[in-house]
Amino acid sequence: MAFYFVQFLTGLASAASLFLVASGLSIIFGVTRIVNFAHGAFYMLGAYIAFTLTERLEGALGFWGGIVVAALVVAVVGVLVEMVLLRRIYHSPELFQLLATFGLTLMVQDIVVLIWGPDDLLGRRAPGFKGAVDFFGQNIPSYDLFLIVLGPVVLGILWLLFQRTRWGVLVRAATQDRDMVAALGVNQKWLFTSVFAVGVFLAALGGALQIPRDAVHHAMDLRIIVEVFVVVVIGGLGSIIGAFVAAVLVSELNAFGILIFPKISIILVFLVMAVVLIVRPWGLFGKPEAPARRTPGLTVNPWRPWTSNERLAAVGALIVAAALPLFGGNYALTVASEIAIFVIFAVSLHFLMSVGGLASFGHAAYFGLGAYGVAFLAKFAGLPMIACLLLGPLLGLAGAAVFGFFAVQLSGVYFAMLTLAFAQIVWSIAFQWVAVTGGDNGILGVWPEKWAASPSHFYWLSLGIAALAVMILRIIVFSPFGFALRATRDSPLRSEAVGINGKRIQWTAFVIAGTVAGLAGALFAYLKGSVFPDNMGISLSVDALVMVLLGGVETVFGGVVGAIVYKALNIWLVSQTELSKLVLGAFIVLIVVAFPKGIVGTLESIISRRRKSSSSHQPLLTSRIETAE
Amino acid sequence: MSMVPTLLSVEGLTKSYGGVHAVRGVSFELRAGEILALIGPNGAGKSTCFDMLNGQNIPDSGRITILGEETVGKKPRAIWRLGVGRTFQITATFPTMTVRENVQVALVSHRHQLFNLWSSTPHFAREEAGRLLDLVGMGAYAERPCGELAYGDLKRLELAIALANQPKLLLMDEPTAGMAPRERIDLMRLTATIAREQSIGVLFTEHDMDVVFEHADRILVLNRGSLIAEGSPEEVRGNAQVRAIYLGEGLVYDARHRDGAHA
Repeated sequence: MAFYFVQFLTGLASAASLFLVASGLSIIFGVTRIVNFAHGAFYMLGAYIAFTLTERLEGALGFWGGIVVAALVVAVVGVLVEMVLLRRIYHSPELFQLLATFGLTLMVQDIVVLIWGPDDLLGRRAPGFKGAVDFFGQNIPSYDLFLIVLGPVVLGILWLLFQRTRWGVLVRAATQDRDMVAALGVNQKWLFTSVFAVGVFLAALGGALQIPRDAVHHAMDLRIIVEVFVVVVIGGLGSIIGAFVAAVLVSELNAFGILIFPKISIILVFLVMAVVLIVRPWGLFGKPEAPARRTPGLTVNPWRPWTSNERLAAVGALIVAAALPLFGGNYALTVASEIAIFVIFAVSLHFLMSVGGLASFGHAAYFGLGAYGVAFLAKFAGLPMIACLLLGPLLGLAGAAVFGFFAVQLSGVYFAMLTLAFAQIVWSIAFQWVAVTGGDNGILGVWPEKWAASPSHFYWLSLGIAALAVMILRIIVFSPFGFALRATRDSPLRSEAVGINGKRIQWTAFVIAGTVAGLAGALFAYLKGSVFPDNMGISLSVDALVMVLLGGVETVFGGVVGAIVYKALNIWLVSQTELSKLVLGAFIVLIVVAFPKGIVGTLESIISRRRKSSSSHQPLLTSRIETAE
Repeated sequence: MSMVPTLLSVEGLTKSYGGVHAVRGVSFELRAGEILALIGPNGAGKSTCFDMLNGQNIPDSGRITILGEETVGKKPRAIWRLGVGRTFQITATFPTMTVRENVQVALVSHRHQLFNLWSSTPHFAREEAGRLLDLVGMGAYAERPCGELAYGDLKRLELAIALANQPKLLLMDEPTAGMAPRERIDLMRLTATIAREQSIGVLFTEHDMDVVFEHADRILVLNRGSLIAEGSPEEVRGNAQVRAIYLGEGLVYDARHRDGAHA
């Protein structure tokens, strides 16, 4: 009994940090409508800076002062970020905001390693809370008791801040209707900045307070952000009480889940989240969002199918690409195969995002499931390669069917957060369920059969499947189903009023995209000869998002171009610099701020402007650049 | 009149929000080919009534029968499948498609082809979409991006979309809101012509009394959630209670005040 009680208290203590970070995210979202992906990065920065300060400063004052100063320093960094970056993108579509703050996260990861090194850092114990309290033979660290008290105290302070101060009133007003607050003469800019500063302060404080409990390391940002997303999805984005209750709930589920499913404790959290989403899609304490903010998009050029000339050009490009083995070496062919595979992956996400308006932040889950599907079939069932390639992606399909069902109940940022959380859950299962997946060691020896083993043959196989996937998805885009999907994206109200069951259409699209991603993963398993949990990791999901963004979200098939350019750039970058995440993150931020239309989108609008000035009324050219190398 | 089938029958429709009775005990019928206006001052319960009719809102009590089917609890898409077309107070169209494609989507749905992954939508029911657009005078704009249309044209496009499932009943929530006076008369005249030709029943809410009195066969007057009058335009015009409660001093008739009427 005492054991369970102590487990309960441990859960409560973990909830404190989680609550601090989640409430910060909620407050920022409430006012600015930005889901700050970089919140985990600020949490991590808080921990690192607090580590340095508490190491340098002596005594109790040094420790506690160091923690508060660290949070303040990070809050100042947050203010700079808000003023330099976020102010430029408040009116961008949600996806761009998420991506820009994700770019920031990537940059911080490299910066942190650059400054503090890649090793885990063990911080100082908290002065005054070094011991443990004995509870019927069980030990509870006294610092845990401090955290248990701290959580409700912070909740109380926030409540007072929002209910009793003028600033709090303005923030609450802006949460309800920021345009009205602006119309009443409140300086929005500084309100947004101050809210961002408070939110970041809370995140950094949450990180700093973790020092005595946990090692500081450079992957803590992603771990916390996924948990925070789960918390705000359960509690309701924008609600501080919701953040508190859900933080406690999630932490307790984690604490007790380990006792029930020691290997895959995260499943319990997932189940609870699924139940909450079915019963209250907007979270326990959230309010249904007013019809999602209309993002009118960047262009209004309707899409059209290829003309016969364009079709010829595409076939020509494919033939040129197919001729690569005539002059490319083995390395070039392997790289080209990888690019072809990522074209498949990117177009599957592009389909979901541009046609369906569903920005999945966890698309790698289905890629990885396809890869594992192949690995299981090849290693355990010993099926031939063709059968594996056909059946492996079905695991991606199954995953997409289950997760997609829940994900499409939500839209916008909720959808993004939920897909990310699902992907992370799949990743954890692959990582933790060692008996089946081999855990971190992965599954090795998934090699293609003889007929496909040579680099040129494998390249042709990949290229052929990529061409097929692109063609099929293109047909679907212009099919009645594709139009129904676009209709659901364009106007949920109107599509419902013409008899379209939007959720079912979106679910189907999610399953299609997941299956195609699974196909890419299946090929990838054969290309690498092995499967690892990282094949479904966050960074892969983000790669896919960047490829789509780079090509152009609002184009029919920018994903193809985006994948080719990005993958080539990425492979080159990794070979050139140690700081690929820093460069990549900066690159993402740059695209979002400077070239939101992507390569194809920008080209299209240039062409369209030319057309208009020469006043011919020709259909727009959906421009495609096919450079295999 | 009794030979004409009843399209819509509403009995004792009631809805309250907390202590506010938005709609209480509203009953009426609508017959094929009839144009029925639902009027009333702001806050009278028109929009709540409308939302319940098209399935966006569930009444606390009361029955709604559309074309012989009970529709309370049915989703808007299910009600559409019964043969109900609708337009919105603020137009809802598909801005990234062409005008023709907007209509084609509705036709795709009407023909149960939503899960067809293979055909080419731009070639799907092209002529029929063109005919519907011609009907509302938008034929010349068929290939234009919908996002570029002027508001009056959007309203026409919406009417074409609403007609795509060959509806027996049209529900139009403030069909002329936000339009210039000239356009309002044109749009309602067009709607009335189509409705009479195809024997479609039309229920519409409206603030512009010129539109109402020119086109409605019958008028329902709603005030504070209850029906206070019902009858032909002449009867309603002559009703003392309506004058007192809704029309006030008759200022609404005054053309000078017309543009203030739809705020």
